[in-house]
Amino acid sequence: MAAATATQTKYEAIIGLETHCQLNTNTKIFSPVSTQFGAPPNTNISPICLGYPGVLPVLNEKVLEYAVKAGLALNCQIAPYSKFDRKQYFYPDLPKNYQISQYDLPIAEHGWLEVEIVDKKTQAVRRKRIGITRLHMEEDAGKLVHAGSDRLSGSTHSLVDFNRAGVPLLEIVSEPDIRSGAEAAEYGQELRRIVRYLGISDGNMQEGSLRCDVNISIRPVGQTEFGTKVEIKNMNSFSAIQKAIDYEIERQIKAVGKDEPIVQETRLWEEGSQRTISMRKKEGSSDYRYFPEPDLPPIEVSVEQREAWGGELPELPAQKRHRYEEELGLSAYDARVLSDDRAVAEYFEAAIATGAETKQVANWLMGDIAAYLNSEKLAVTEIALTPANLAELVTLIEKGTISGKIAKEILPELLTDAVDSVEKLVESKGMTQISDTGALEAMIDELLTANPDKVEQFRAGKTKLQGFFVGQLMKKTSGRADPKVANKLLSKKLKG
Amino acid sequence: MAAIDQSEVHKVADLARLALSPEEEKTFAGQLSSILDYFEQLSELDTTDVEPTTRAIELSNITRADERKTGVEPAAMLEIAPEPDGEFFRVPQILADAE
Repeated sequence: MAAATATQTKYEAIIGLETHCQLNTNTKIFSPVSTQFGAPPNTNISPICLGYPGVLPVLNEKVLEYAVKAGLALNCQIAPYSKFDRKQYFYPDLPKNYQISQYDLPIAEHGWLEVEIVDKKTQAVRRKRIGITRLHMEEDAGKLVHAGSDRLSGSTHSLVDFNRAGVPLLEIVSEPDIRSGAEAAEYGQELRRIVRYLGISDGNMQEGSLRCDVNISIRPVGQTEFGTKVEIKNMNSFSAIQKAIDYEIERQIKAVGKDEPIVQETRLWEEGSQRTISMRKKEGSSDYRYFPEPDLPPIEVSVEQREAWGGELPELPAQKRHRYEEELGLSAYDARVLSDDRAVAEYFEAAIATGAETKQVANWLMGDIAAYLNSEKLAVTEIALTPANLAELVTLIEKGTISGKIAKEILPELLTDAVDSVEKLVESKGMTQISDTGALEAMIDELLTANPDKVEQFRAGKTKLQGFFVGQLMKKTSGRADPKVANKLLSKKLKG
Repeated sequence: MAAIDQSEVHKVADLARLALSPEEEKTFAGQLSSILDYFEQLSELDTTDVEPTTRAIELSNITRADERKTGVEPAAMLEIAPEPDGEFFRVPQILADAE
């Protein structure tokens, strides 16, 4: 890194995210056809999604419910009166030549979500609220395949698949409260956690269920007005978002340092070369000639309806993180890992509800079980081990019935084969710990008789040899001797 | 109400992808201006206590259940398209600046 000169200006980045989230409804937002991803091209289409004249779009009630729930989960105010508008633009992925969206009366506004930023060096956790400007409902567009070239430029014609046209989307716009790539990635992940907790979207970035566009500008620290803003698109992972932003901040600071102007434009993130490239200049804001959609009546969400939907919200990830830390005494790290996935969090809560030791349950879940889920690409709900089984396993270790080592040995079987009682299983396998003094004493006597030379050396002062006897005893019992009891007895017997 | 001038007509026509000759632009500027002037009469009414209206019909919350219904056969729609191409709708070359 170049040595900083004393006069070098410090810059800060001003970042806002615009996220499109596909809702996992059975049917499209305005027509009763399937939304299934990966269906053969143009099989999920109807006269409504193709924009035939004379058709009547009707709002899917689930879309409204999901939008209100997402708005409430993001601490937004839900509009008592909301409407749809036509956003006009000409592009072949949109057969009507307008997109049905919401313009001046979105369903939800003025919210926030909380992100946790972990300092890489100190592991310290910093919490920050990111404002949500608005959330609205709209329809997705179709997909284009450009023939004769992999890019639009150079193609001779294009092919359109309208399966995606009319798939319901939530557009969620953040306030420009984000200051770094790490914060942006964390914001995106928290948003995904929330929609997954709500069960309204799969949040899959690879399949395009969650798409983030970034607006970014820089300004000298202390300056209040914003710099020229650049839009970045085409990131299909959270790490790509982080890298694209960090690259772009660097690029803009360098440009300003060389007195080169920042151009208002859209840039694409290139995963291959790990940089952003200019796609098109944006001169002024586009003129979409919005006007109220005459085919769709307005939406009035009553207080009763809002409260009913609000009452159906699950405990959300941020609430779980706080509760795990404050009430269960878990570390911020543990709380984050356990609450990341709703199914894992619920599994964890079910296991500790039986009284099993919290930290032990957490460790098993984040350690051996998580490793297994990862390697087998399974969800926690797909394994044979029930929360009650895990609780029992932890309690058996606590009571000294089995050792931690035995528990690890038996786990693979428990993960794949359902059992009613873990205790019965370890008993039937003869895996319970031997803490019976009589049985252990007899075995120790045998060992001492078999190794008279070592006993002599021990008594002559080579006390480290106790380890040898512990090892032999463990070998004899296949690891089942209770180490505490065994050590106590050995000390006594060795000393004679 | 300011009259609609020729450059405004040009802009609106461009947004609507209409190719107008300069003579047509002039004609429509005059016609559109007089239409707007006619509507301008409405501003004589006192609307201080009237809520803004976005729709003429008092109706709200029309929704449908999230259930699939079979309708027109997708293949039939593809067939009557100007240029079906296998499973796809084929469209002419898209100019980059049309985005």
